[in-house]
Amino acid sequence: MALLSFERKYRVRGGTLIGGDLFDFWVGPFYVGFFGVVTAIFATLGTLLIFYAASQGPTWNPWLISIAPPDLSYGLALAPLKEGGFWQVITVCALISFTSWALREVEICRKLGMGYHVPFAFGVAIFAYFSLVVIRPVLLGGWHFGFPYGIFSHLDWVSNTGYQYLHFHYNPAHMLAVSFFFTTTLALALHGSLVLSAVNPAKGETVRTPEYEDTFFRDLIGYSVGTLGIHRLGLLLALNAGFWSAVCIIISGPLWTKGWPEWWTWWLNLPIWS
Amino acid sequence: MTLSRLPLAATALLAGSLTLAGCELAPKVSQQNGYRGTGMDQIRIAESEIRDDVPPPPYELPPPGGQTAGEFYENVQVLGNVSVDEFNYLMAALTEWVAPEEGCNYCHNPANMASDEVYTKTVARSMIQMTQAANANWTDHVGNTGVTCWTCHRGNNIPEAHWSLPADVASRSIIGNRSGQNEPTSNTAWSSLPQGAVARYLLGEVEPEDIRVASRTMHPTPANTRTTMGTEPTYALMMHMSDSLGVNCTYCHNSQSFSDWNISTPPRQTAWHGIRMVRNLNGGYITPLQPIFPENRLGPAGDPFKVNCTTCHQGQNLPLGGVPMVQDYPSLQMAPLAWDPAAAVQGDTGMAADDEDGLVESTQ
Repeated sequence: MALLSFERKYRVRGGTLIGGDLFDFWVGPFYVGFFGVVTAIFATLGTLLIFYAASQGPTWNPWLISIAPPDLSYGLALAPLKEGGFWQVITVCALISFTSWALREVEICRKLGMGYHVPFAFGVAIFAYFSLVVIRPVLLGGWHFGFPYGIFSHLDWVSNTGYQYLHFHYNPAHMLAVSFFFTTTLALALHGSLVLSAVNPAKGETVRTPEYEDTFFRDLIGYSVGTLGIHRLGLLLALNAGFWSAVCIIISGPLWTKGWPEWWTWWLNLPIWS
Repeated sequence: MTLSRLPLAATALLAGSLTLAGCELAPKVSQQNGYRGTGMDQIRIAESEIRDDVPPPPYELPPPGGQTAGEFYENVQVLGNVSVDEFNYLMAALTEWVAPEEGCNYCHNPANMASDEVYTKTVARSMIQMTQAANANWTDHVGNTGVTCWTCHRGNNIPEAHWSLPADVASRSIIGNRSGQNEPTSNTAWSSLPQGAVARYLLGEVEPEDIRVASRTMHPTPANTRTTMGTEPTYALMMHMSDSLGVNCTYCHNSQSFSDWNISTPPRQTAWHGIRMVRNLNGGYITPLQPIFPENRLGPAGDPFKVNCTTCHQGQNLPLGGVPMVQDYPSLQMAPLAWDPAAAVQGDTGMAADDEDGLVESTQ
């Protein structure tokens, strides 16, 4: 595999967080590192456990396989493997491998001398998962409240959990999360179409520079966030989407048990007009 | 902390406390309603499960037997088959439940207890029959717990939770006409859904509309004219039921398929009978009393205050926390005697029997 021009800078020693030189090497194009080894071990273990747990279940239909968390009666204790224990061990494997992967990204950032934007962004995704399978279950006093690992079954869980609050669209943090998700996709669509228009001109036209891109949006809406700024904006929108998703499920149950529409009665009851 | 950061800290503190003020911090209890991992769970504030303190019986229940109230007193129409002692015992309890301040005179002329001149006496007859009907005919809903006047009244002349038809809004212009929705009320659990749903499904004297709106075919056909908008009143009714019982959708339904009984929980059956019971109570025992109520006992559309799920449940899955209060009042568990509130009302007021569209027919 050809060495890309920037890989000379990338393939430098040092910058590791742990293990010193021990795993400071590459396998083909892939940096290994201590956290790469940890990720490989726990991702493999977790995946094998998913297959083994599936083999103990009633179906091999990939849509219907489900590895469910334990019954509520086990509380925050360990459950027997086939009664939710698999779910618990797989969750631990997933969290260790996700976190190690983020730390491996940190080591790569240190080697490149760049900021930690990428591992931070991945960290928000891990936080959203951690909220679902650790923070909320612990606050509610049972691993039971985690979501099941299955394609259809996790959708059923989402649906039933949403209906526990009668109308989840009234959850204020869900509103924020949904708005950020849509805004992220809108920003990506605007950015993508702008870049493609600039670099894929019609026959006979020339490729346009970022000055033209800025001008287009200054004409259209009076402002251009700029070529660097759009990526900062995109990161801000995307991270907020993930963050408020985590908040919206943490508050559902631990901090609010009724229908979400009723939460808004604080507004109706403001002393100004009530 | 530097002085320049003080406003920032104050804002953060204010925002933080405002956010927490909207939260329920009390301890929760949870309950698993289905197979693990399906999300069929209930999470409640622990305090909401406490059994209510209900008023004790006025004195010890008299032993059965002896002369009946119908033989001993004049003009006893719906409790004629109850013994005199138990009749008086019930009257004492009933006064405490419904008119603790006004006492006997809320319904009776003190100079002539047998007289029907006070309209509330006729209302009380119908209400006693309604209570008996709920206990005797609707055990699929009320079980052995049963209901008494207290279940709804709780010491008030009129139960706190009641509903009546909305005033006619046809004359309103487009501006300000919200088409019967987008006004948060408890009947829709404070959502934007149509407020008329409770009236639409629980009125009782008309052929009830089908609550179920699940389509059976993928595309609209002459046989399947269901629309997405048609689901809104159903959703609103379900929100009302959830809210009044202090439970959520998954207490009865698995959202994988709301209509499928196979994956629903047993309480859905209790609720199904409850809907029919409420229709029967409204259509059979309350609406027929309309002619005798004074203005202040009627809603803006001129109909009497009616029952919905909240009237009894008042936020609890089991009304009064499941206290089987009626066991101290056997006369309220007897099957109602043949007594027609519509006929009684018209006899009382001397109104012409011009409205013969069978108001009393229940629509079970």
